Formats: sequence, C-alpha cells, structure tokens
Amino acid sequence: MIKMKKIEKIYGTGTAKVEALRGIDLDIKKNEFFGLIGPSGSGKSTLMNIIGCLDVPTSGEYYFEEKDIKSFNHNQLAEIRNEKIGFVFQNFNLLPYATTFENVEIPMIFKGARAKERKARTMELLDAVGLAGRAHHKPSELSGGEMQRVAIARALANNPSLILADEPTGNLDTKSGDEILAIFENLWKQGHTLVVITHNPNISKRAQKVVKLKDGSIENNNR
Amino acid sequence: MKAYYIFRMFYRELKIQRKRITLTIFALAWGTFSIVVLLAFGEGLNRQMMKATHGLGEGIVFIYSGQTSKPYKGLGKGRRIFLREEDIDLLRNRIPRIELISPENDRSSNTMIYGRKTITERVIGVFPSFGEMRKYYPERGSRFINSLDLKNKKRVIFLGNDLKDKLFGPEEAVGKSIMVNSIPFLVIGVMKDKLQNSMYNGPDSQKAAIPFTTYQAIYGDKYLDRLIYKPSDVTQSESVKKEVYRILAEKYKFDPDDTQALNVWDMVEEEELMTKIFFGIEIFMSIIGSLTLIVAGVGVANIMYVSAKRRTKEIGIKMAIGAKKKHVLLQFISEALMIAFIGGAGGVLGSFLLVELFKFVPLEGFVADLLAHPVISVDIMILTALILGIIGFLAGIFPARKAASQNPVEALRYE
Repeated sequence: MIKMKKIEKIYGTGTAKVEALRGIDLDIKKNEFFGLIGPSGSGKSTLMNIIGCLDVPTSGEYYFEEKDIKSFNHNQLAEIRNEKIGFVFQNFNLLPYATTFENVEIPMIFKGARAKERKARTMELLDAVGLAGRAHHKPSELSGGEMQRVAIARALANNPSLILADEPTGNLDTKSGDEILAIFENLWKQGHTLVVITHNPNISKRAQKVVKLKDGSIENNNR
Repeated sequence: MKAYYIFRMFYRELKIQRKRITLTIFALAWGTFSIVVLLAFGEGLNRQMMKATHGLGEGIVFIYSGQTSKPYKGLGKGRRIFLREEDIDLLRNRIPRIELISPENDRSSNTMIYGRKTITERVIGVFPSFGEMRKYYPERGSRFINSLDLKNKKRVIFLGNDLKDKLFGPEEAVGKSIMVNSIPFLVIGVMKDKLQNSMYNGPDSQKAAIPFTTYQAIYGDKYLDRLIYKPSDVTQSESVKKEVYRILAEKYKFDPDDTQALNVWDMVEEEELMTKIFFGIEIFMSIIGSLTLIVAGVGVANIMYVSAKRRTKEIGIKMAIGAKKKHVLLQFISEALMIAFIGGAGGVLGSFLLVELFKFVPLEGFVADLLAHPVISVDIMILTALILGIIGFLAGIFPARKAASQNPVEALRYE
C-alpha cells in the first residue's frame, strides 16, 4: 500500500541545512498495524507528513497505492488526503467553532457529498464512536477522550484506506487512551491500515510492525 | 462548500473582529451612500435638464432667414435669404418624411386688455401643428388652435399660463373675450405649465398664440420669422435637414453647402450634445464615488489579511482533511463580498431614504426644479453593485490567495 525508497527531506540550505530524513525505505502493507517510534527530533513527524501527503520529500520515491505521489499537484494531493487518508492528531485539531456533527461532516463537504448522504454517514460514525448524543456540542464542551473520538470519526468520514495517527493518546489520560486504543484495534480488525506514531508502549506492543527512527534514519525493524 | 458554513465562519469573524468590521462596513456604507447620492442628483439633474430642453420640443428643427457667404451662379455673397409662406407647402409636398411643419411669426408689445387689466405681451401666429411640436399643451377643458380656426381666420387666442395669470389672475380664462390691439379675441385655451430652459423671445408661458391666417390678416408679414418642422423619424433628422436645405437652396438660388444662407437650429443635435455632457458628468461623479469606495476596500482587505493570519491553523486543519485551494479562496472571497454587501446595502438604504425625504423638502424656482429631483435609477444600482462587487472581490482575492497557498504542515503547526 505504501512504498518508500530512499526518502530524504532537507530543510534549509547551506549552514542552516537540516537533514530531517536520510534515505528512508519503507513498505507498509494493506491492513497492517504499523507503529513508528523514536525520540523527538528523530524525523517521525516529517515522515508522517510525507506519508500523509501533507508534505513532499526532497528526493526519493513514494508510491501510495502504487501511484507516484511526486507527479501529483496541490489539488490531487488534497484529494488523496480527503478520500484516502484519515488523520488523527495528538491535539485533535478540531474546528473550534463547529459542532461535533459539523467537524465530522466537513471532509464530506470537501468531497462534494450530498447533504442527505453526509447526514446519514455522520450519524453512523458518531454512533460508532459513541458520541451520537453529543452531536450538537462544540469541542470546548467535550473531554479530551471525546474530542479524540470526534477526530477519529472525522478521519473515517470518507472511508479512507489509511488512518494516520500522530500520538493519538499523547494528550489523554490512561483510561481515555485505552478507549482510543480499543477503537483503533477495532478499525484494524475491520480491515483499515493503521500507521501510528507513538510513545505509548501499549500501542507499539499491539502493532504488527514497529519501526524506530533515529536522526532521520530507520534504526531497526523491531518486528 | 456549503453556504451555511461560510455564513457561520463569517459570523464568528464578525464577533471576533467586531470593531474593525463595523468601522469598515460603515466606511463602505458611507462610500456607497456618496456614490449613489452623487449619481442620483446627477441623474435627477440630467432628467430635469432633458425635460426642460424638451419643453421647447423634441426632435424639431428651426429654420431662420440668413445671409449667403458664398457667391453662387453669378449671384454675389452677402445676399439676404428670407423664408416665405409658400415654402411650407413646398417642403411638405417635396419631403414626405416631414411629419409636422408650421410657420411662426411674432410681434412683441401687443396691448392685451381684459376688464380693467392691461398688459403688453408677444403674440405669435402659427399652424395647429405648432402646438404639438412646441408642446403648447392645453390645460384641461381648453384647446389649442385647430384647422377650422386656421381656415376661417378665426379671432381665437391661446394663452401662455403666466400670461393668463397676469391678465386673469385666478379667474377662468377660457370662453372669455380679450382685446388684443383693440381687436376682440376669444380665449380658447391656456397652456399647461411646463419646464423650459431653451427658448427664444422669452418663455412660452408668456406668449399668446393665434392662427397664422388671422395673424397675417392683421399684420400681413411678407416673410416668415421662422419655420419649424419635425421629421417622422428622428433617426433620419440629418438627411431630412439636408434635403430641406437643398430644396430651399434650389428655390432661393444659393449654394447648398453655404451654411450661412439659412440659420438652422436642430434640437436633435442639441440633445445629443447634452447627452454627451451628462455622460461625462456621470463618469466624473462615478470616479469620485469609486475613490471613496476604494478607500473602504482597503479596510476590507486589511480585515481579510488579519483574518487569514488568525485562521492559519484552521486553514491547516482543513487542508489536512482535504480542502483544496478553491475551498479556502471561496471562504475568504465570500467573506469579503459579504462585508462589501452589508456596507453597500446600508449605503443604498441610506441614499434611498435621503432621496425619498428630499421629496418632502419644499423648494421652488427654476434652479430647484432642476437640482432638487434626485433619481436612483436601475443604472445607478447596477453600477454601484458592480463597483462594490469588484472592490469586495479584490479585497478578498489577495488575502485569500495568501491563505490558500500556505504549506499545510506549517499552517498546522501555527499557534
């Protein structure tokens, strides 16, 4: 599903040059639970941004579902992010002025789905994450665990093939973290591909494959 | 994107940047108000001026006697050319494209007596068609000279409304007999009040008209003072005028290219000139109004820049979940247009109010007649909407492009 060859990412030039990624080779299969660990500054987030098509590598090859991402323009990348990838962030990144319902609905609006379809899908997703009763609450009225569940529902809106999570339990207490983890496991069992950046040993333990990054390179393939 | 979200986000921005947006909306309203009011008064003046010019007649041409400036077929220059009564029939028969034609001769200082009142005014002798051409429209219950009056040389008289007021005061004039130079005349009509800014020998409201035949029976003028005609099709006025000139040149033996042989006063030409002048004035006023609006537009752009900066993170989130450039552009441009629309609507409303209220201001006199009739026309509304739309769009597009061209990773990181 994801193939990377010699991915490099360099920021700045000359003396200010920072090599965030140095020749990453990666192969993530469909329906894999993939963990990405490493100390801060190791290039995890940079790699995540590239996998998520938010950023493009300086050099190297990246194939997403066998498509060469390098040839994609702004709009095509936006389409991939919208339809093929679901993001879950550490700090949730919900739109503060929008309700739970609207936050989940927005990716479908960008896709151009019909109102009726959007409504049904949003309610189905909120039901799945146990927040149907909170549909008209604003993020400020929700707990951290609830916000992250909204974010997961939003990530699933357009039924993406890849779910990309960056420290999804990092801002949550243990109980909420476990709930989120359970949801992830469930998604994986349903056939989704999961890529999770984490410090949480509970998550990395359950991942099928864990890769450790250090100074922009893969240190070892644990499993 | 769903219009509802655009409104929601705009409403949120409105709350956050309340003061800035309110001030800008006020500036836009004021700019719109100035432009609409300026144009409304300009348009009002234009219409009143046109109406006043039309007071003399629409699409008519006057021909006066003149003097040749070129030698022609052995005849020297400096010859006086006078029009004669028979020229009316000549032109009527030769040029079917002339719809109406009338001679006009006049005498000033005619003593008119009614009861104990005596005044001295101008009398004109004309055909019935003169009334239509020169807008000598009769008041209700009265009439202008007709063909029977003309045929029978009747001693009937049609009074200008001011003349009537001088002679009769508030008393009814129609059906009464007055003495004109000791000859009794029956008053058959009084002219309806009209706005008139083009005139010769004074305003029509101070003249009295009698049948041309009656006039000739009394005064026996050899020549016509002037001849007035109206072509059936105004668009052919120019070619009809040339033909009239050619036929008269043939008769009176002068060079048809000698423009001084006869004097021509063409109302169509005059109207075209006025239309051009007013178009120029309108453009001038639009520019002044637009400048005010452009200043307000800068305010809108400022708001949008602040808003784009403040919403960087939000834009990043949207991009991460699939927003394309067009989604971001649409949001910002719509918001700028909404601000422009609200300000514009306020300004238009204000100017409508002013124009409506102006109708209640009691102003009298010729200048007030011309200046105090502001009109908000469809053209003005379209023009204002267009200018506001352009300003809103321009004020939105630059901040919007800036917002939409952000790197999603950096935008997401923005706090």
